[in-house]
Amino acid sequence: MAVGNPNRAKAEKGIIRWIDDRFPLTQMWQDHMSKYYASKNFNVWYVFGVLSLLVLVNQILTGIWLTMSYVPTAEGAFASVEYIMRDVEMGWIIRYMHSSGASAFFVVVYLHMFRGLMYGSYQKPRELIWLFGMAIYLALMAEGFFGYLLPWGQMSYWGAQVILSLAGAIPVVGEDLVQWIRGDYLISGITLNRFFSLHVIALPIVILALVVLHILALHDVGSNNPDGIEIDQNKDENGVPVDGIAFWPYHVVKDLVAVGVFLTVFCLVIFFFPEGGGYFIEKPNYEPANSLKTPEHIAPVWYFTPYYSMLRAITFPLFGLDAKFLGVVTMGGAIAILFVMPWLDRSPVKSMRYKGWLSRAWLAIFVVSFIILGYLGTLATTEGRTQVAQLCTVLYFLYFILMPFYTRMEATKPVPARVV
Amino acid sequence: MKKLFLLSLMMMMPMFSQAAGPSVQLDSIEVDASDHASLQRGMKTYVNYCLGCHTSQYQRYIRAAEDLHMPPELVAEHLIFSGQKVGEQMTNAMDPKLAASWFGAAPPDLTNEVNLRGADWVYTYMRSFYVDGARPYGVNNVVYPDVGMPNVLAELQGIQSKTCGQVTKTDAHGVAVVDSLTGNPITQESCDLLTVEEGTGSMTPAQFDATVYDLTNFMAYMSKPYKTDSQRIGMWAILFTLLMTVLFYFLKKEFWRDVH
Repeated sequence: MAVGNPNRAKAEKGIIRWIDDRFPLTQMWQDHMSKYYASKNFNVWYVFGVLSLLVLVNQILTGIWLTMSYVPTAEGAFASVEYIMRDVEMGWIIRYMHSSGASAFFVVVYLHMFRGLMYGSYQKPRELIWLFGMAIYLALMAEGFFGYLLPWGQMSYWGAQVILSLAGAIPVVGEDLVQWIRGDYLISGITLNRFFSLHVIALPIVILALVVLHILALHDVGSNNPDGIEIDQNKDENGVPVDGIAFWPYHVVKDLVAVGVFLTVFCLVIFFFPEGGGYFIEKPNYEPANSLKTPEHIAPVWYFTPYYSMLRAITFPLFGLDAKFLGVVTMGGAIAILFVMPWLDRSPVKSMRYKGWLSRAWLAIFVVSFIILGYLGTLATTEGRTQVAQLCTVLYFLYFILMPFYTRMEATKPVPARVV
Repeated sequence: MKKLFLLSLMMMMPMFSQAAGPSVQLDSIEVDASDHASLQRGMKTYVNYCLGCHTSQYQRYIRAAEDLHMPPELVAEHLIFSGQKVGEQMTNAMDPKLAASWFGAAPPDLTNEVNLRGADWVYTYMRSFYVDGARPYGVNNVVYPDVGMPNVLAELQGIQSKTCGQVTKTDAHGVAVVDSLTGNPITQESCDLLTVEEGTGSMTPAQFDATVYDLTNFMAYMSKPYKTDSQRIGMWAILFTLLMTVLFYFLKKEFWRDVH
């Protein structure tokens, strides 16, 4: 008796065959691993997707163990983190893996996104991969924001206060909205409880689902490569792309080298520089949250600082809207504009290798602006710094706004038919 | 009336203490978590002079005993004055509400003080009290102006006051300015010099500095009691990941031999 779908790949016999008659195990293995072909010429920029996945697993595992000892109440949160750090066996390693892991997540995700920008990985037919990726980035920022409140230190509290107050800048409904999010008239144990719930249940589920979609979309259209050549257009008699190589085992063993290097750097951080020089764990966070005492200088964690800089750069009201609201709009716009990236790039070629010097120059300007904005966001403002931030904000947006023009205007180099 | 004035002054003190930010050059020290003798002396100073008012509510006596290589029964006998068990956390009996009314603000918990402000700050702060009749406890502090805390180590240090004298002129980066002709450092008049009145304390300035160093060293230990473990485990972890990376590299090379 024939069972299961006869059209899919199945093992000859044995237990795997038994499963294959009931579940597409062999088919899935082939689709995503042993017969998923990706270009041979992947360079170092292609490891950050796998590393993001590794960090995601790290965050989930360490998160599960932290939750075993963490107390999500205003009275108990700070002390429970100290308890984890001091009284739980190896608790400090787990906590540092989680806190440094959050920063590592953004490091690898930012590099992963830069790779996409550089090689045009968002271009047709990969628009959905880019959109799912951007949704992951957004969810990740929310996850990081909610998680940062949980240790209930001074910077947790006041950082959340600053970010939440942004919603208050929205005309008419702002204040009510902030109160609805907080669940109280100020950030309190109620806020902490709901942030905990969102951080450990809601957003991890959303992120995991989005990661699955991101990878499914990728494996359907195939990976891009540094040359931006569609390897599917050159197949041999068996239907295997001639420039491609199976993900398992070739790309897997290659990625393992990157995993080794990453883990070495990661261990260096968690064992020797767990506070990341005050950027991963900010000093005021060693003091319990106190609603009556504002820290002298409030800075969000480094991965938010580019946007925070943009917020502070808008110092003037315009069209009857106040500066703070415009700042919020600018911040939101800076993230939103990334979503439409696939439709801004009108270049006939994907990779920066074959684009013209204008594209290269603008990408460089964009990256430098983003880094400067990030750095300025960690500092207190001065008049000079605000002017630099304003300039960088303008450049950041110009990279996107001018893209339809310079990508079409510039002369591109011919793309070879085959990966070299 | 006078009492009322004092009371209102005290009630305003938390406001002052918030405005504090060190504007002075901090003395730099190198803490050493492996110097158990220093840490033990530091803990002795800590329980004798600090723990009466401050707590270390996240630090257990037994953990310090183990980490600092002291027999727990000796710690229980000589370093616990509150009748607590050696497995308990280092707290005191002071009511934070009363303490707030005595000092203007409740003395903060010190478990994380070095994490919060840094070892240099603690080391400099403890040596920077000076006589100031305008303050409730007769002393002020250069590092933390108008702090509510009395100079608890005064019996060791002696009476320190601000005096005037010649100091080496420094530029914005703290580097000494020298006369370009003679190469001698340029001095200027300063009335912010801290001088200890000789014979008023039980220690010489050098002894006192060493005592405060030990105290700071202990507080640095207390802020990260896992630090030595971290460095020891970290070395092995990194050695392991490096070896793993090398193995992975050769594995990759072997697999990719037939690709190119």
